[in-house]
Amino acid sequence: MLTKRIIPCLDIKNGRTVKGINFVDLRDAGDPVELADIYAKEGADELVFLDISATEEKRKTLAELVYHVAETINIPFTVGGGISSVEDVDVLLKNGADKVSINSSAVKRPELINELVAKFGSQCIVVAIDAKQIEEQWKVHLVGGKVPTELDLFEWAKEVEERGAGEILFTSMDHDGTKNGFANKALAKLSELVNIPVIASGGAGTIPHFTDTFKDGKADAALAASVFHFKEIEINRLKQELKEEGIPVRI
Amino acid sequence: MKIVIIDYGAGNIQSIMFAIKRLGYEAILSHDAEEIQSADKVIFPGVGEASSAMSKLRNTGLDKVIPNLKQPVLGICLGMQLMCHSSEEGNTKGLGIFNLDVVKFSNNVKVPQIGWNQISDLKSKLFTDIPEKSYIYLVHSFYAPIGDETISTSEYDVTYSAALQKNNFYGVQFHPEKSSDVGGKILQNFLNL
Repeated sequence: MLTKRIIPCLDIKNGRTVKGINFVDLRDAGDPVELADIYAKEGADELVFLDISATEEKRKTLAELVYHVAETINIPFTVGGGISSVEDVDVLLKNGADKVSINSSAVKRPELINELVAKFGSQCIVVAIDAKQIEEQWKVHLVGGKVPTELDLFEWAKEVEERGAGEILFTSMDHDGTKNGFANKALAKLSELVNIPVIASGGAGTIPHFTDTFKDGKADAALAASVFHFKEIEINRLKQELKEEGIPVRI
Repeated sequence: MKIVIIDYGAGNIQSIMFAIKRLGYEAILSHDAEEIQSADKVIFPGVGEASSAMSKLRNTGLDKVIPNLKQPVLGICLGMQLMCHSSEEGNTKGLGIFNLDVVKFSNNVKVPQIGWNQISDLKSKLFTDIPEKSYIYLVHSFYAPIGDETISTSEYDVTYSAALQKNNFYGVQFHPEKSSDVGGKILQNFLNL
């Protein structure tokens, strides 16, 4: 049986992890490779690296990081953040990334999805969508959720699927950072609307939040950052409890 | 041991190179027939679309080289599918090593299948010391049905071939290079053949 995936997300700036990290056993708290390795050993099913740096050396630093991550860990990982061209993706995949996620660049130029799918295949193209509920309507937002658009979440998701994306990573801006649970109602609607996997993101605070997003939100995978970084939730224990709730997980 | 990964411009080969390196070996990347023929072990990777991958193999003459190899050959993901008789993806003929036709998952399930699933009915040296129902990582929209050459099964929508074997030819639908320690052990088993 295909299992539900647990995906820790690491924010990267200039090749280093940025969020405060609570791993006592880490020799170097800012080393993404070491953190990735720990997550892989704890039972993470996949990892996402989100590059938030804005320097000119960004591409080279990120490619080097991807190379070292691929060298070290033996589970799949996705790289996102500022990817806007076929060349960007080519470099990351050649250095060992399994998938890339695109966000604002796809909204600005939707044909980019088709171009990437034609060149690299659906399986490695994740489209990340940040959305916020404004007067009953879920509106897509850009630039890390700061800039609203007129695009409707569900219409955009359908278009993304039709253009060939392999997965959708949906972050609810209303839930992100609240630790009050995922946007399960919108997630369930999204998951039923499209026939590609949906990754839930934004709002993880407790273990039952994960149970709920798989059961009520019909998510195929769940992504979180701080609850894992600060060891508020340990992946081993999370998966054990999900299993006890009857949710298929890899243990 | 000389390990050659067939290079025909398909997919993410770096991950396989690293996985081999983690096991303590070095692999060579090559599209040269003589280099491939002289290897002790050959890995045939593949990520992407079947018909365009087959054209690349035909353009380089590798479609004639691969089916005549005598040493152990391991096809991974699309590599395994291309070793079959045909694929519904782009309606292409395959290399015809395995007597199976690759077809697409129905819309009863989400396509592609992405994630960790279990392998069962393990019967090959490839799975030495691998427990039944071990978890492996897969990303695919097409699958090979069950046939005489099936050496492992998995379930998604239907029961399909997770691995195939005929003589010196092996194929796995999953990505051993991304399947944690289980995948590493399967790669090691292949190198031990």
